[in-house]
Amino acid sequence: MSTTNPQSEATTPEATTPEATTPEATTPEGPARRARARRRSKHRRRLANVAGLMTALVLTGALYSVFAPAQAADDTTESAAEAAGRELYERSCITCHGENLEGVPNRGPSLIGVGEAAVYFQVHTGRMPLVRQEAQAPDKPAVFSDEEIDQLMAYVQANGGGPTLPSGDLRDGDLAEGGELFRLNCASCHNFVGEGGALSSGKHAPSLDDSTDLEIYTALLSGPENMPVFGDNQLTPDEKRSIINYVQTVNTQADPGGAGIGRIGPVGEGLVIWVVGIGALLFGIFWMGSKA
Amino acid sequence: MARTATAPGAPTTKLGKAALEVDDRMIVAPWLRRTMNKVYPDHWSFLLGEIALYSFLILLLSGTYLTFFFDASMREVVYEGSYAPLRGVEMSAAYDSALNLSFDVRGGLFMRQLHHWAALLFVASIVVHLLRIFFTGAFRRPRETNWLLGVVMLVLALLMGVTGYTLPDDLLSGTGLRIISAILLSIPVIGTWAHFAVFNGDFVGEQIIGRFYIAHVLIIPAILLALIALHLLILVKQKHTQFPGAGRTEHNVVGNRLFPTFAAKATGLIFVVFGVCAALGGLVQINPIWLWGPYNPAQVSAASQPDWYIGFLDGSTRIFPPWDIELPGDYNIPALFWPTVVVAGLMFTVLALYPMIERRMTGDTASHHLLQRPRDVPVRTALGAMGLTFYVWLMVAGGNDVIADKFDISLNAMTWVGRIGVIILPPIAYALTYRICLGLQQHDREVLEHGIETGVIRRLPSGEFIEVHQPLGPVDEHGHGQLAYGGAPVPKRMNHVGGARRAVRGFFSPVEEPTQVEIEQRAEGRGLATGESSRELTTSGRPSEGGRPSEGGRPQEPRD
Repeated sequence: MSTTNPQSEATTPEATTPEATTPEATTPEGPARRARARRRSKHRRRLANVAGLMTALVLTGALYSVFAPAQAADDTTESAAEAAGRELYERSCITCHGENLEGVPNRGPSLIGVGEAAVYFQVHTGRMPLVRQEAQAPDKPAVFSDEEIDQLMAYVQANGGGPTLPSGDLRDGDLAEGGELFRLNCASCHNFVGEGGALSSGKHAPSLDDSTDLEIYTALLSGPENMPVFGDNQLTPDEKRSIINYVQTVNTQADPGGAGIGRIGPVGEGLVIWVVGIGALLFGIFWMGSKA
Repeated sequence: MARTATAPGAPTTKLGKAALEVDDRMIVAPWLRRTMNKVYPDHWSFLLGEIALYSFLILLLSGTYLTFFFDASMREVVYEGSYAPLRGVEMSAAYDSALNLSFDVRGGLFMRQLHHWAALLFVASIVVHLLRIFFTGAFRRPRETNWLLGVVMLVLALLMGVTGYTLPDDLLSGTGLRIISAILLSIPVIGTWAHFAVFNGDFVGEQIIGRFYIAHVLIIPAILLALIALHLLILVKQKHTQFPGAGRTEHNVVGNRLFPTFAAKATGLIFVVFGVCAALGGLVQINPIWLWGPYNPAQVSAASQPDWYIGFLDGSTRIFPPWDIELPGDYNIPALFWPTVVVAGLMFTVLALYPMIERRMTGDTASHHLLQRPRDVPVRTALGAMGLTFYVWLMVAGGNDVIADKFDISLNAMTWVGRIGVIILPPIAYALTYRICLGLQQHDREVLEHGIETGVIRRLPSGEFIEVHQPLGPVDEHGHGQLAYGGAPVPKRMNHVGGARRAVRGFFSPVEEPTQVEIEQRAEGRGLATGESSRELTTSGRPSEGGRPSEGGRPQEPRD
């Protein structure tokens, strides 16, 4: 198309300029007639050219209309949810994850094969979309509604597959076994009771205090940020449910010994003894010292 | 036995007669009289050591209760107690009994928490007491022995803490035990043998809890108790030091007798210390071992820290570079050796020998019973501030992962902050403290020379404004004070020299009595006092308004 346009534009000025020169060409009979005949054949040629062009255009259009519906027929296999998900993806994710979920170097990883589990975790905890590139995506209030998250999950799942969301009661597991598995697999980063901890270079393992069952499960499946993937051959679905049961039980359990002071162990306790204990006693002996 | 009732001064009451019977047999009266008349200085800072003594008392009592239920054995059992998340888990009998102590023994959790808080307080109060002794120069001849005993007791208190921390055999204490084992192994030449001697084999073996238990409940407390007794005996023999002041010399002690004033104060303090520990033990959770889980060498948790008093060693280990020294023949000295064995060894050696070091440096070998104000010995004070900064900085570095996590700082940055800070902060602390001491000294001398600023501004006939100063003593012809600095606090405000009304000691703050003049004026319904019943600071009314200046704090004529 782009190649034919300049040609057609170029023909029009050529066709009009000889018309403007006709009055000055009223010279002797012979040459004038010949010239007239030449001009007429010229006109005819030009008309043929334009007709050809029009035919080509119509043909191209017709061809396009023949092939275009074929493509549209392909698209009809995409469900409404996936289409909506694609819409959301192209608006909010495409910059870092690429046109075809293939990822962009130094910006975002490929999403092919991460599955809906990863999408659920990242978007539901508000980690994605990212505010800026930094050591680690912080969790924040979710940007997308649950319905939009479902659409994104459908889109990503349809393009590459991957781990899917679990179903049923996610706390359906053995409490004590969950504790053992948690201490073995999770505590080294998330602390004994899931209070979180520091990792290298500004990264950190988040606290599990506010995590939902499904967030923990999908995090295990997808291994977000620095976390390793705990696939179903590392921790069976039952073991995952045990861990979630343990985490949530301990989270909601009251502290029998009084104020929990963050459950972070000796650092908080040291602070309390110096500020509260020694503080109160110094006040006490100041007061006693001021009495006769 | 002859009847003594008619003898002069003989007791007539029942109690007195009973006491006489006892004294007849035991002959305790002379000793008792001397003891009850012993004089204690009344400065508040002399009570710091007593906080340590009373928290040790709490430790003995609560610890004894805990021994009734604790089973110091590494035998493997399956937990069947009332804490659901651990039911069915394999663990050592020690951890099992510690859990039962927490959940199934009446008052057990309270006692455990009381014991742990009292332990933290014990070491903390020893440190504060030590700082008081250090900064006031109370360790100088003849008290070097007691200083040395104090440092030894501090080290023993740390060992008490470490062994006690290990006993419950939870995941946190087991991690600590693994580090103790690594520190032992890092000692060149004897490391392996030392480790085998302590653990009776490789880590973790089956003996260590039982061995630490005996050390924790018998050996160390017995030594500690003996040293405390010795510490106090030496104190009684050498008598207390005291701050310089009116009537205080190198040859007397000014204060309250043991009976009744000091005994009342000490009893009060016992209750205050018990109260604080009990409040913490009942209200604030400490070392929730059920959350940590049983020890398993394959497991470790983020933010595994020692109790605060070992934090400085954790910190030094965290910031020390990984410098292993490789020796020919498959030997090496691990980097861990330097920040633990060497740093701790050096710190406590310097601390223990400080009195000798200072004696060598200053050449001062005289006996001292009067204390020094920290500002008067700027070098010692600055050295102390430097050492304290070093120690506190290491302690902060020991919690660097928690700080990094809570304040969203990179852990790597925290490590470098620790490394750089530990080198540059102590000298800065030295320089700052030194300057502050000199500044305070100068201000004391300035007040002695020119008097207290009264806040009264006068305008001279020439138009010049001057502030009226109150000299502290006789002045020379230029108006300069003649008093020399005596090492005692110099009054800096008019209140300190009687500028305020006479005060009766109130419960929290002094209650001031109105002066005779004010009472008279109020009765007659005239003068300043009638309009100013709530006035607080001074009784000296302005003469122009009919008030009369009181005796104390009358502004002097301006000087040149």
